Amino acid sequence: MKSAVIVFPGSNREGDVARALQIVSGVKPALVWHADTALPAGTDLVVLPGGFSYGDYLRCGAIAARAAIMDAVREHAARGGLVLGICNGFQILCESGLLPGVLVRNARLRFICREALLKVERNDTPFTRRYAKGAVVRYPVAHGEGNYTADADTLKRLEDEGRVVFRYVLPDGRRDDAQVLNGAANSIAGIVSEKLNVLGLMPHPENHVDPLVGPTDGRALFESLVGALEKA
Amino acid sequence: MTSAEPKITPELVAEHGLKPDEYERILKLIGREPSFTELGIFSAMWNEHCSYKSSRLHLRGLPTTAPWVIQGPGENAGVIDIGDGKAAVFKMESHNHPSYIEPHQGAATGVGGILRDVFTMGARPIAALNALRFGDPKHPRTRHLVAGVVGGIGSYGNSFGVPTVGGLVGFHTRYDGNCLVNAMAVGLADADKIFYAKATGVGLPVVYLGSKTGRDGIHGATMASAEFGEGAEEKRPTVQVGDPFAEKLLLEACLEIMEAGCVVAIQDMGAAGLTCSAVEMGAKGDLGIELDLDNVPCREAGMSAYEMMLSESQERMLMVIAPGKEEQAEAIFRKWGLDFAIVGHTTDDLRFVVKHKGEVKADLPIKELGDEAPLYDRPWVETPKQQRIDPAALDISATIPGALERLVGSPDFASKRWIWEQYDHLILNNTVQRPGGDAAVVRVEDGPKGLAMSCDVTPRYCEADPFEGGKQAVAEAWRNITAVGATPLALTDNLNFGNPEKPEIMGQLVGCLRGIAAAAKELDFPVVSGNVSLYNETNGRGILPTPTIGGVGVLDDVEKMATLDFKDSGEIIFVIGATTGWLGQSAFLSEILDREDGAPPPVDLALERRNGDFVRALIADSLVTAVHDVSDGGLLVALTEMALASGIGANLIAPPAEINPYGFWFGEDQARYVVTVESGSKALVLRRAETAGVTLAKLGTTGGDRLNIPGERPIVVDALRERHEAWLPIYMGAGLM
Repeated sequence: MKSAVIVFPGSNREGDVARALQIVSGVKPALVWHADTALPAGTDLVVLPGGFSYGDYLRCGAIAARAAIMDAVREHAARGGLVLGICNGFQILCESGLLPGVLVRNARLRFICREALLKVERNDTPFTRRYAKGAVVRYPVAHGEGNYTADADTLKRLEDEGRVVFRYVLPDGRRDDAQVLNGAANSIAGIVSEKLNVLGLMPHPENHVDPLVGPTDGRALFESLVGALEKA
Repeated sequence: MTSAEPKITPELVAEHGLKPDEYERILKLIGREPSFTELGIFSAMWNEHCSYKSSRLHLRGLPTTAPWVIQGPGENAGVIDIGDGKAAVFKMESHNHPSYIEPHQGAATGVGGILRDVFTMGARPIAALNALRFGDPKHPRTRHLVAGVVGGIGSYGNSFGVPTVGGLVGFHTRYDGNCLVNAMAVGLADADKIFYAKATGVGLPVVYLGSKTGRDGIHGATMASAEFGEGAEEKRPTVQVGDPFAEKLLLEACLEIMEAGCVVAIQDMGAAGLTCSAVEMGAKGDLGIELDLDNVPCREAGMSAYEMMLSESQERMLMVIAPGKEEQAEAIFRKWGLDFAIVGHTTDDLRFVVKHKGEVKADLPIKELGDEAPLYDRPWVETPKQQRIDPAALDISATIPGALERLVGSPDFASKRWIWEQYDHLILNNTVQRPGGDAAVVRVEDGPKGLAMSCDVTPRYCEADPFEGGKQAVAEAWRNITAVGATPLALTDNLNFGNPEKPEIMGQLVGCLRGIAAAAKELDFPVVSGNVSLYNETNGRGILPTPTIGGVGVLDDVEKMATLDFKDSGEIIFVIGATTGWLGQSAFLSEILDREDGAPPPVDLALERRNGDFVRALIADSLVTAVHDVSDGGLLVALTEMALASGIGANLIAPPAEINPYGFWFGEDQARYVVTVESGSKALVLRRAETAGVTLAKLGTTGGDRLNIPGERPIVVDALRERHEAWLPIYMGAGLM
């Protein structure tokens, strides 16, 4: 698997996701600078990492969405290439039009770093095939602006098309929009593009791959990608 | 030589925080009246914050060396060898005054400053901690300060990308007018690639890097060297504004140009900005520095030399660049979108010359600016000793379970989850011990080593007996690091006190420093960096003496780290160290009986060492399943924390007849740890204790969902948890409605 992690000024979890990819796939990903205009030849997976690209100034992800490298990322996605946006990466995907909706400030207006429980709504995507459908997994969140929102039509479309892949849930697996940690509409934690090749999610699977530092529920997401690309 | 600048008058001198005799010293030193810019430079160099003029004499008594110390105090941060060619670089620094005036930016820039201190040395920050003290929760300003300070720390560290892994938070009415924000950062570097402030080589370019200079923070260091009166809020313009994004870029750019071999000397522009950094680089290298301010990147038009020299705009660095490396260094900085400007050069005349628009604005002897700063042997009086409290003479109406319930839900003991969940404590994927344990632990790169870190001090003890309190702060940091299985290596101290011109306050400083020195020496735990914050007074009332100790230790194999949660039912609980029931200055006395008196518990350093070494060996040999140090709150609070972390309760013994039960459960005797042992290991542990001469007593066994004490009503762990978790969110929530 050849992956490329895009580094914007202010990205700060590029190292975490690169390490997770290396642990799981055995291959070190390329780090690609935002000002570059092309992805390394043969890139299978593009990762937009977490962080505060451009200091989150203007709006989270808004400036990064217009970085030089993003044309290449859009082309890669249009060709059906895999794109994974985590946290700030999800914000960038929304701002760049690769995913619908937007992430606004957490409902309680505070940054939250804690473990969140997520329901894997479908396991027929390249990102989730190693999870059981309906499994409840634990990834940490670390964000101040992870409150997903979109207009009613968009939300309805996302739900009708089954494009919500990860949803915040209670320990018993039930969804409770009133209690969701950041106020996200429909408890949405992660969504996928129509062709299922672009995933954006707020929680950090890359921080839950190593038993020494916590649970390892995030590992299967990267294993899914390895599997999907082996098959391809 | 100065056109259109204010005339130097006694009033102007006083406004610069310089006393008449200090001004006389300036006149004698330079043989003429200083220019306005020069007066500003002296005020920046000679204030308490930068010159340590009240504390320097007494800081000399601290032990600062050990075979593993690479760099002790005097640089941006201390450096210790942690083996495998790696070094830990760390320091703690206060941002008290600015945080009280403008909590969000004050705390944020405190974090920014300490991170910069660490990466200036060539280290990548891998952990941040903070020790916070706020006033009485009932004080009208406290909630606002908590929200602002916590938000500021989070916004800076989270964006910068360093995990904030630990710290402490306390409340006391003596901090009503002066909160304390002590920020600590720990970085990792190659032991042979440490960078220093000392400039070498004549005629080399002095380069300005980072953000532009604005009018913010002018006289920040002078403000931080004075007491507050009414209207402290009016000093808001002296507080700097932080930009963690710029700092993140500065970090990456600095590490990149260091790696490329471009850097001869580097100094961050912290307190007193350009002045302090340029003088230090020159003075340490026995060189002069000439600056041409026309080249300084400015945010605003029309800034004067005086303003540029005193600005404390954040995220700026000064460097001496290796010959022929200017272009390469500049290209790296441009790549990161940062300013790069050659603003001067090194000279061989030992003068500090500042030029602006063709005029010489300052021409001063560079060494004397630092070396000849006033040094005061301020009068001090010893704090009178207090009597030992006899627990039997106390009039206590609370039951033991009732007192425990009140303690775990009280501001000092209640869970600080509401705070640390606002800090990204997981980034970098090395946080092995998350907030809530005895010490934070981060793995070093891919392991197997780990670094353990803890911030500690018990201000009540320091007020009652500065010497014992100073010892205790060091011993507790050492103990917390030991309790996770690490070997304590070195510490940074952040000395927060009131007005040193008062002999009682000076006596606290002197006493605490003597205590810190005694403990650091006895425990082989040298002081490698630190910071002094004086004049923490408002309307004549000082804070509790608060010498915060930030300790760092190393775990050879991070997988062997001990944690405090009970692991299983049916395990035997021991307390290591002797329990006498010492209630003087205890949390029990303060919280339950509303009195803060008596002598604090004495610290026997030889005993600390013996018990700590014993515990560390038990952890290394996997003979204990849970470990927790016993600190304020005593045995029952320690046991409660172990139960809360696991959900497992305990069946406890009745206290020995000769010890008052309140003293037994809530007393704060030092040098103690609670450990759990599987029944199969019991005999071996007992034998080893006997051989080592360590006092060890059985407290009970783990199991069930409550804490059972013979003759007392059972205490349900879940009910304790509810109280423990409730206080802070409710307190803070009320402010948001």
